[in-house]
Amino acid sequence: MSARSLTNFFTAPRYNQDTLDQMDDIGVGSLPIVLLSGFFIGAVMVLQTGSQFQRFGQVSLTGDIVSLALVRELGPSITGLLVAGRCSSGIASELGSMLVTEQVDAMRAMGTDPSRKLISPRVLAALVTVPLLTTISVFVGLVGGMVASVFSLRLSATTFWQRAIAILEFSDLMQGFTKSLVFGFILASVGCYKGLTVRGGTQGVGRATTQAVVVSSVMIIIADTFLTKLALYLADKL
Amino acid sequence: MGLPPRNSRTLQTNEAVIRFDDVWIGFDEGPILRGLTFSTQPGETLVLLGETGTGKTLALKIAAGLLRPDRGAVHALGQHVTGKTEEELLEFRRQVGFVFQEGALFDSLTVGENVAYRLEEDGASQEVITPQVQEVLRFVELEHTSELLPSELSGGMRRRVSIARALITRPPIVLYDSPTAGLDPITAQTIITLILRLRDVYGVTALMATHRLQDGFALANFHFDPKTRTVRRGASSNQDKQPITRFLVLRDGRIYFEGSPDELLKSKDSYLQRFLI
Repeated sequence: MSARSLTNFFTAPRYNQDTLDQMDDIGVGSLPIVLLSGFFIGAVMVLQTGSQFQRFGQVSLTGDIVSLALVRELGPSITGLLVAGRCSSGIASELGSMLVTEQVDAMRAMGTDPSRKLISPRVLAALVTVPLLTTISVFVGLVGGMVASVFSLRLSATTFWQRAIAILEFSDLMQGFTKSLVFGFILASVGCYKGLTVRGGTQGVGRATTQAVVVSSVMIIIADTFLTKLALYLADKL
Repeated sequence: MGLPPRNSRTLQTNEAVIRFDDVWIGFDEGPILRGLTFSTQPGETLVLLGETGTGKTLALKIAAGLLRPDRGAVHALGQHVTGKTEEELLEFRRQVGFVFQEGALFDSLTVGENVAYRLEEDGASQEVITPQVQEVLRFVELEHTSELLPSELSGGMRRRVSIARALITRPPIVLYDSPTAGLDPITAQTIITLILRLRDVYGVTALMATHRLQDGFALANFHFDPKTRTVRRGASSNQDKQPITRFLVLRDGRIYFEGSPDELLKSKDSYLQRFLI
């Protein structure tokens, strides 16, 4: 099902308006929680690590560590988990409700391919918006880290930003980007799969919704481990 | 009235519009349909009668290519439905109207958008879509509901919208899945009148699954007069003066009875008698 949703991108008919609607729902709709959580995660990282750096008189390293952690790890994974909690469940419940009320059958009866109309727009929307949300989350996280550094560690904002940017390499950015892309694919395809395989009426829709969040979250964490290992391996080789 | 048949395909006389040959289907609990074999002629209405769980809906879904039988073959409009790929079936289903039991309207779309769905999918312009949607909504006497959401309609109105949606491309075959189930007698009669109009004015071939014998007899004993636009007593018949409504009674996934309304009425079989009470 997931593979088919991807191959659908290359052949007609394409549902551009549905894709834009899904981008609005997944991307714009998830923006408030991503902004809030990103800011406070950046800030709390500074508070936690800053006290350790103070012991060694290396407070200026705070920008380095926050930047690396957010770009490589926390930005993609926290964004992936938050969007999975919000959208994977939403997708599963919407498609599950459509399935039990025979709307999916009605769609097929009218000559529409549900994988093109329902799955592909959601997967494509997640593939586009989750990396964008991750980028925003990382930026806002750095802002949160900077605010905490200035007020808590008395570190200058300029030093924080200079260190935060200077430490980053292209491979770090690629690692974060690849993870967010994979997480976007996971959360959308798991939501679609759980929604379109609902059994047991409205009770089944409830179960599918919960399962979609649980499965996509666990898959994101597992995928994160393997992607991190792969990225470190490639960084060594290249 | 308007609404001339558009999507109809020229069929040879006596060529079955829908033909089931030894169709079997089952699920975890065992076989549901066990060797279903029947056919319908052009313009005929075949009433699939049976208790709940006898496989009436499954038969309709197989006829529309929504389900694949485990065994057997289905032909419709001269095409081998069971031999088609899912891609080919999408094209085939555009020639078949399906009225689902609960309407199955898209709840996030308005009535007008629901009815226009197929035309939108075909990429038709608004200039083409709007008058056609108004025309079919007028046919089901719901032209004033175009901007409403399905949740704002009564159960009977939702069924009528579902019929309008099935009609928008003027399919030569319409499949009705318990179209009057759960409706009050007056609303049920409105739905039956619509089905009569479709049959007698436009010559639509239909399969109607129901457990209500009175619906079948209403189709058998009444006809719609396009001149006076009223429902009149008296059976419709084809060119050979044969009645165009037949009954197929399903029991345990098999055909228990197949025949005309008269034959059903005169049957002394105790199981069939239970439907007649």
